Amino acid sequence: MISASELTKRYPEGREALRDVSFEITAGEMVFLTGHSGAGKSTLFKLLAAIERPTSGHVLINGQNLAALRRNAVPYLRRKLGLIFQDRKLLFDRTVLDNVLLPLAIVGHPVREARRRALAALAKVGLPDRENTLPIALSGGEQQRLAIARAVVNRPAILLADEPTANLDADSAAEILAIFRAFQQVGVTVCVATHDLPVLSGPPPRVLRLHKGEMRDLSAAAAGTP
Amino acid sequence: MKAWIGQHLTALRDALRRLLAAPLNSLLSLLVIGVALTLPTAGWLCLDNLRQATGDSPGVQQISIFMTLDVGKSALSDLESRLKDARAGSWRFVSREEALKHLQASEGMAEIVASLPKNPLPDAFIVTPDDTRPEALESLARTFAAWPDVAHVQLDSAWVRRLDALLRLGKLVVMLLGILFAGALVTITFNTIRLQILAQAAEIELAKLIGATDAWIQRPLHYFGVLQGVLGGLCAALLVTVGFHLLRAPVGELAQLYGANFVLQGLSPLDITALAVVGGGLGWLGASISAAMYLRRVA
Ligand SMILES: Nc1ncnc2c1ncn2[C@@H]1O[C@H](COP(=O)(O)OP(=O)(O)OP(=O)(O)O)[C@@H](O)[C@H]1O
Ligand SMILES: [Mg+2]
Repeated sequence: MISASELTKRYPEGREALRDVSFEITAGEMVFLTGHSGAGKSTLFKLLAAIERPTSGHVLINGQNLAALRRNAVPYLRRKLGLIFQDRKLLFDRTVLDNVLLPLAIVGHPVREARRRALAALAKVGLPDRENTLPIALSGGEQQRLAIARAVVNRPAILLADEPTANLDADSAAEILAIFRAFQQVGVTVCVATHDLPVLSGPPPRVLRLHKGEMRDLSAAAAGTP
Repeated sequence: MKAWIGQHLTALRDALRRLLAAPLNSLLSLLVIGVALTLPTAGWLCLDNLRQATGDSPGVQQISIFMTLDVGKSALSDLESRLKDARAGSWRFVSREEALKHLQASEGMAEIVASLPKNPLPDAFIVTPDDTRPEALESLARTFAAWPDVAHVQLDSAWVRRLDALLRLGKLVVMLLGILFAGALVTITFNTIRLQILAQAAEIELAKLIGATDAWIQRPLHYFGVLQGVLGGLCAALLVTVGFHLLRAPVGELAQLYGANFVLQGLSPLDITALAVVGGGLGWLGASISAAMYLRRVA
């Protein structure tokens, strides 16, 4: 589903953010991408979503090489991904509902059906009856749920989340991860970047660890002992 | 197809919402656009009215052909047949006796005429040409002057020529004004759209990140420009109509004093439509330049 090979990213300012990173994520898998601050998690997230281009190496999404993608094809790739940004990027001058409606409007869903789907997505992330409030009136955890609702409302096959549990207490973080689990269980491929691995119930997840731009693929068993 | 229409309707609604979201700003922009369009429109309308006023006032475009004093009857009939052949229009023969009688009838002229040893007036033809274009009149006058026994040809259209030249100059001025203010309208729209993009930078950036095409991002901006232009055009139509309405009575009175039956013509529904279309088109131009420049910059 997602395949990265020998990815290197050097920003114009000089330092290498990623060096020779390769991995595979198969369809329906849930993977944690972890590492210290500045390890390159967000950089990798941006390469997977074609927001940044790698200095070398390439990314395949669904067998499609992102480097070969024409500029005007990028929007159509993005629509297949559910993106949750580290800074959330909520629109604070729009209601909760309008925030979730945006991806549907971009695709061009009929208004009535879009509304129905947006409300369903909000219910699924545990934000029912909040559609008419402004995001500023939501708590941090609720804002994160809103970001998730917006990412999944188009029913993407792949969910990429950058630090979705940052600044949340353990309970809220666990609830967010439970939501991701639920999506994975219905077949969505989920990739979560996070600097602190959460304590999870159930089978231990697969963890990709970045360290100063280089990757180690920790087996599920070794996940607890870095 | 239905989805496509839906997308356009959504974009239009979005543009309307943005227009209404800042009513004072929108109103000011509309007024500025309206005033900018008012000047060339009013100028054009004035010219149109002037042309109408001069075009159909009778008795102006006449050519008088004065014969030599000793001309005989045969020469007169010869000239008449020449006029017939030239198909120049209608004419009237004024004999020297008739002219003298006319002169005698004038106030204070009777004694002067009586004191003259003989009739100093020539026979004359007053020609009213069908073709009243200044060039046609000129060439007719030249033709007449070349005929035998013609002493003098007088073209009563010197001032018509002057007016025509003036009208042509006016047309040029109005055209330049039009270009100038069209440029102003494009610039105004360019700037409103630029400010709008600035105000919505976060939304546009996010939309791009989650799969919006450039067309999708530009669409409401284009609609906004068109909407603003159309409303600005209608605003100009309103201003011009009100202005001409105020002028109508005094101009009618003035015309009456000159014995003319002239009514000032305002904008026709077709003119108003054209104004709205032109405003919309220029608005679209300003908006698309602004949007394209922004998207080029962030790409
Ligand atoms: N746009 C950029 N221009 C230049 N350097 C950048 C840019 N973005 C990131 N970097 C650098 O690349 C390295 C990796 O950054 P990245 O944001 O990927 O880290 P991260 O793992 O997401 O960190 P955090 O956990 O703090 O979010 C850092 O050294 C950072 O300074
Ligand atoms: Mg990061």
